[in-house]
Amino acid sequence: MSHSVISVRNLSTRFGVAWIHRQLNLEIAAGDMVALVGGSGSGKTTLLRQMIGLLTPTEGEIRLFDEPLFGGGVARERSLRQRFGVLFQNGALFSAFSVFDNIAFPLRELKCLDETTIRDLVMLKLDMVELLPRHAALMPAELSGGMVKRVALARALALEPELLLLDEPTAGLDPDRSDSFVRLTRMLGEELGLTVVLVTHDLDTLAALATRVAVLAEQHILAFGSVDEIMRIDHPFIRNFFHSERSQRALAHHH
Amino acid sequence: MKLADFVMIPTEGVPECRLTGRWTLRALASQGDDWRLRFERAGQTAHLSWNCLEIEALDSCGALMLWRVWGGKFPEALLLQPEHLRIFERMAEADAAASVTAAAVSPAPTFHSTHASVMAMGQLSLRLSNHVTSFIALLGQLVLDVFHLLRYPGDLPRREISANIYKSGVRAMPVTALVGFLIGVVLSYLSSLQLRQFGADIFIVNILGLGIIRELGPVLVAVLVAGRSGSAMTAQLGVMRVTEEIDALATMGVPRSLRLIFPKVVALGITMPLLVLWTTTMALIGGMVSAQLQLDIGYGFFIETLPKAVPAANVVIGLAKGLVFGIAIALVACHFGLRVVPNTESLSANTTASVVSSITVVILLDALFAIATRGIGLPKL
Repeated sequence: MSHSVISVRNLSTRFGVAWIHRQLNLEIAAGDMVALVGGSGSGKTTLLRQMIGLLTPTEGEIRLFDEPLFGGGVARERSLRQRFGVLFQNGALFSAFSVFDNIAFPLRELKCLDETTIRDLVMLKLDMVELLPRHAALMPAELSGGMVKRVALARALALEPELLLLDEPTAGLDPDRSDSFVRLTRMLGEELGLTVVLVTHDLDTLAALATRVAVLAEQHILAFGSVDEIMRIDHPFIRNFFHSERSQRALAHHH
Repeated sequence: MKLADFVMIPTEGVPECRLTGRWTLRALASQGDDWRLRFERAGQTAHLSWNCLEIEALDSCGALMLWRVWGGKFPEALLLQPEHLRIFERMAEADAAASVTAAAVSPAPTFHSTHASVMAMGQLSLRLSNHVTSFIALLGQLVLDVFHLLRYPGDLPRREISANIYKSGVRAMPVTALVGFLIGVVLSYLSSLQLRQFGADIFIVNILGLGIIRELGPVLVAVLVAGRSGSAMTAQLGVMRVTEEIDALATMGVPRSLRLIFPKVVALGITMPLLVLWTTTMALIGGMVSAQLQLDIGYGFFIETLPKAVPAANVVIGLAKGLVFGIAIALVACHFGLRVVPNTESLSANTTASVVSSITVVILLDALFAIATRGIGLPKL
């Protein structure tokens, strides 16, 4: 199991009296683009937040790059966190910083790069997400929804991560921007050899981006496989999710 | 606009009610209660035959009115336009659904009033213990941060501390000076009125010196800072939580307590004693000016008598209070800021709670200080 990027073992989560996950297992291999889907309230976002160490599971363990998420001192925890980037649903840009400072922030945190290197790197990342150098001076409040996501993606990629986690990457974007953002993510993912995990309920995004799908239902991973494999499974949730008229249209469009 | 109307036509023993016009929300709303009562009374006629063929427009409001008059079912004799039938069928479906739901939901368990009050007390104490545990966790995290900084002094968030000192200290100087000066003037004026009656004019120095340096200065600054910087800190952390900025920091491996909370606590710990010194000085100057005008006590005499009337220990007590109050205000502000959940109500509630709690905590700490230092710095009788 040493090449698993994310390995979730026997994870259980309880909120109050309700069990969100019970004995959940998931292994994500390097280079996979995995979409995590599930009904609302099924604990997709909770699982994602556990993967990035914002929440601790009630039972079980999550390992990233075969290392535990917690323990081993501040320095080890920090260096592990620098190996993955996260794109939050609403971008979570630091609203007090300009676009430039937002992207530069994780680089400055390393405390080993000089300002000219940081400036060049930030401009490189801006170019990667197809933004112009003049956008660097803008404040997050001045950006459109699509640009916020691009800047957030640039920030997530600033530390050259091996793993990228996306929480509803296309929520709140119109279909056109959503398509171009998905195309951009896919291109960058392939170019940089990233492992990508995304939480989504948008089939267009899923069909365009994911190579594998993990279905979270009934408190555990119901199925994990390629889109075609998943679609052959007969289960009420999967039927509803993948075989509705709208879903068929989205899938047909991408295959 | 043609309003809704009805005509009663007696035909061969079976009366017919013929509806005309627009049976819509807007039309019905303009027709008044009298008309509606008249219609409802007419609708009660037995064995009425309804003719709705001449209705120009019907929406769910108009349909509901008719449905009510019909007693929640289709009348025996009804002439209806086919496109209106669907509206009434929907009424029937909604009625059926409502009765099913009503049957399924059992009446909520009612507790005896004593049970309710016990439950309320339980909830309150649970909430309180939740506050206490998370506050202790916050304190513990700060202690861990201090240990971390002792090992890695390079991680000291210098820029954040400096920014917080500027925001909560330097920017607070004008308002604290103004308030301090005016309080000094007022206190001196009111005291001098009393003192003059006893011919004890000289004691204005003792009253102002002891009262302001030991008590009023620190508490005044604490209240101002709690309202000014405490609320700002809570709101800042709260908004950062709502926008997931704190989560973003955490995923970059930046510990939130070291970067966000520690600098605020340190900054207020540094600025509060300085602000106390500043405000106390301003208040004494205000008092001095007022004493000169009211009691003719010269500035030189006032300044010369002050050190004799007020032992130096009082200055130390005042500064120590400033330090403790500052740390307490920052901790309370951060505690409430981190409790904000993503909605606007929570942000305002926590900001309010933060200011109220920090002022209360300051007054409580002041009382503890008064007890602990009761033997220090007071003139012997």
